[in-house]
Amino acid sequence: MSTVQLTERPARSTLFDGLSRYLPISVTVALLVALYLGGVANYPNFGNSQVVAKLFIDNAPLLVIAVGMTFVILSGGIDLSVGSVMAFSTMACAWLTVDAGIAAPVALVLVLAFGTGWGLFIGAVIHRFEVQPFIATLVGLFLFRGLTLQISDTDVSMREIGFFQWGMTHVDFGNVREGGFWLPYLSFVAIAVVIIAFAVLHYTRFGRSVYAVGGSESSALLMGLAVARTKIGVYAVSGFCAALAGVLAAFATKSANPLANVGAELDAIAAVVIGGTLLTGGAGFVLGTLAGVLVWGLLNTLIAFQGNLSSWWARIAMGVLLLAFILLQRVLARSGEKRRA
Amino acid sequence: MPDIVQMTGIRKDFTGVRALDGVDFTLKAGEIHAVMGENGAGKSTLIKVLTGVHAPDAGRILLDGRPVRFHSPAGAQAAGISTVYQEVNLTDNLSVAENLFAGREPRLGPFINFRAMRRKAKALLDDIGIDLNVAAPLSSYSIAMQQLVAISRAVDIKAKVLILDEPTSSLDRDEVAVLLGVMRRLAAEGVAMVFISHFLDQVYEIADRMTVLRNGRLIGSWDTADLGENALIGHMLGREAAELEQIERVAAAHHVEDETPLAEAKGLGRKGSIAPFDLAIRRGEVVGLAGLLGSGRTETARLLAGADRADAGTLEFDGKRLTGHNPRTAAARGIAFCPENRKTEGLVGDLTVGENMILAMQAARGWARSVPPARRERLVAEFIAKLGIRPADPDMPVKNLSGGNQQKVLLARWLLIEPRLLILDEPTRGIDVGAKADIQRLVAELSAEGMSVLFVSAELDEVTRLSDRIAVLRDRELIDVLETESERTHERIVDTIVARGGHE
Repeated sequence: MSTVQLTERPARSTLFDGLSRYLPISVTVALLVALYLGGVANYPNFGNSQVVAKLFIDNAPLLVIAVGMTFVILSGGIDLSVGSVMAFSTMACAWLTVDAGIAAPVALVLVLAFGTGWGLFIGAVIHRFEVQPFIATLVGLFLFRGLTLQISDTDVSMREIGFFQWGMTHVDFGNVREGGFWLPYLSFVAIAVVIIAFAVLHYTRFGRSVYAVGGSESSALLMGLAVARTKIGVYAVSGFCAALAGVLAAFATKSANPLANVGAELDAIAAVVIGGTLLTGGAGFVLGTLAGVLVWGLLNTLIAFQGNLSSWWARIAMGVLLLAFILLQRVLARSGEKRRA
Repeated sequence: MPDIVQMTGIRKDFTGVRALDGVDFTLKAGEIHAVMGENGAGKSTLIKVLTGVHAPDAGRILLDGRPVRFHSPAGAQAAGISTVYQEVNLTDNLSVAENLFAGREPRLGPFINFRAMRRKAKALLDDIGIDLNVAAPLSSYSIAMQQLVAISRAVDIKAKVLILDEPTSSLDRDEVAVLLGVMRRLAAEGVAMVFISHFLDQVYEIADRMTVLRNGRLIGSWDTADLGENALIGHMLGREAAELEQIERVAAAHHVEDETPLAEAKGLGRKGSIAPFDLAIRRGEVVGLAGLLGSGRTETARLLAGADRADAGTLEFDGKRLTGHNPRTAAARGIAFCPENRKTEGLVGDLTVGENMILAMQAARGWARSVPPARRERLVAEFIAKLGIRPADPDMPVKNLSGGNQQKVLLARWLLIEPRLLILDEPTRGIDVGAKADIQRLVAELSAEGMSVLFVSAELDEVTRLSDRIAVLRDRELIDVLETESERTHERIVDTIVARGGHE
């Protein structure tokens, strides 16, 4: 049917509305570049390419849990259990291989399956019983920290297990002494996680449902989207990512510390928010999360190069940045409301 | 024609309230069937049972002769029952195209084919006659536009049954015309439609049959041709339908004696929402604001109420110039404002009817001076009776009430503080004839008692019936004030708006 043209395209350009959602991530990227250039200008050797590569080595586990957290926050939830699940996973790797003598690849699969299963379980609890995600995942935060300490209250070394050498095996890009850099396998795993997450979030039905549920859960339900599957799915993704981060930590340190990663969930949330994802859900990008993690890593690197500052300054800077980004989000949200009104 | 949907003996209870009681409903292929009734009559519940939002407590549903039981809207959709709701149920953070195809996106392997999706979206909207940038986020478009997108989505899902629950309440006349055109085309293709609307003219224009519900019970089904408007209203209200005319008499008998203005705006305006205007509201006078959707009606009301800050001009109230005008100081001076969007801007859904009513009064008294319980109960009971709020239970959470009754609770809240100027923004939008009559009668009574009222409504009949003077708006500008009785007619308002349109 061809009818009269019912509506005219509004005179006001819709381009701005389309672009304003890229503003927070642009600010983050600009900040990242500014921090890097500032470092290069002030410290000799900061321009060394290994400085950048090191960001992907030191922050690989954080990057992985932050990616999982991005799914959860985009759907309008929060996952406080990731730090503890991560520590538990590292400890479980050590316990299964060193104490129980299970082959390392099998142990690894078990740990990843367990993390995913935990996510499925807590996601189902959140969805079926309409429990606040904050409280439901707090259960995991306490439970897994306790279980980790129950397995061992001291460090467990995995140096004897040959399999764990794999993670830090590295690939050289160019001659490391002459401007090249190297990256270990575990960094490739983290980067792969980012790429896969990007593809899933932007190009699959599950990913778009995550955005839809975060935008309006009741609307998503009435549109006939699989809300239950989506909501439970994001916690499963986050659980898997937390377990994988624990495995990466096992590769990186070849030991399990029962008090590792305390507060890692909060670092991940901070990275996600600085990366431009709305805490209320529905808007944000996984590449923003990558930028957020790199900002955190660069701040730490800068403080290390400075040499005379306490490492707590990275947290102070992070706190200030977080405040700035939350305010930026509010200002953008308000201006959006005004333009529509 | 064959029956496509047969519902028999449907019963549904909500925590002690029987929303549907043994209702039968049949829908034939290719017919447009209006479900009529006052708010709270059970229309929405019937629809939600059919679309799988609620499971019925008793009764059965046959679709194409086979018994069905839906557990979710997705299940009903898969069976061929699509719905467009009154509130736009899309996610405005996603693009127009994604909203149209969410859950059924064209894919290449596991990945969504965005290019194909945008192309299909464009074709679909072109077909219906809407020109939008399909890649832009839905949030960049107006509510009316979003509603059309929702309708396009429902139309495109190959539906056997399409349910339109108040789809026209936020559309202007042209948009309604196109929607009705789309409905006729679909009916010709054999799609059965359930149409719910409070606009009787639309119902008579489009519906083949009507089913009337009252208080959760079936009153009957008729062919549209066999049921006159008076008889229909009679069935819906279950009482003599002369009440609307009674209001007219009240309004006509009343005239304003005091000529000094209670509120006077001089050059008041706000960039981007309403051009500077002059408007005076006298004591005991009802001033109507008329204009099309987006003409600046709500913006004008919000400026006078202090909900938005003016960036030009002055506002005098009771002879004093107002500075730092905001909702709190406005309430203290006796200016009450009932906003348009009662769900998000007015009521607290989880609080009870009584608690919601008492909110403004408590705020005016300050937190330290609580309203004595005995007085509170007396006042709440008085206003429930006065406004005819149903169910008359002060302890019912307000979210369980129908739209019309929620509106009455909101009105009661402001009446409790005994305002001198009452600003009502679309108080009758989306509510049924009975509640509408109650609210109109109340406005007429209040002004007769000396209260000044600013009345905003999209329905010209309502504005002309109630107002002593009518300010006409167009394109965010106050273009004329109609003073005399002979001027205050439906035709004159339309002429005024059209005359100013010039090029259109």
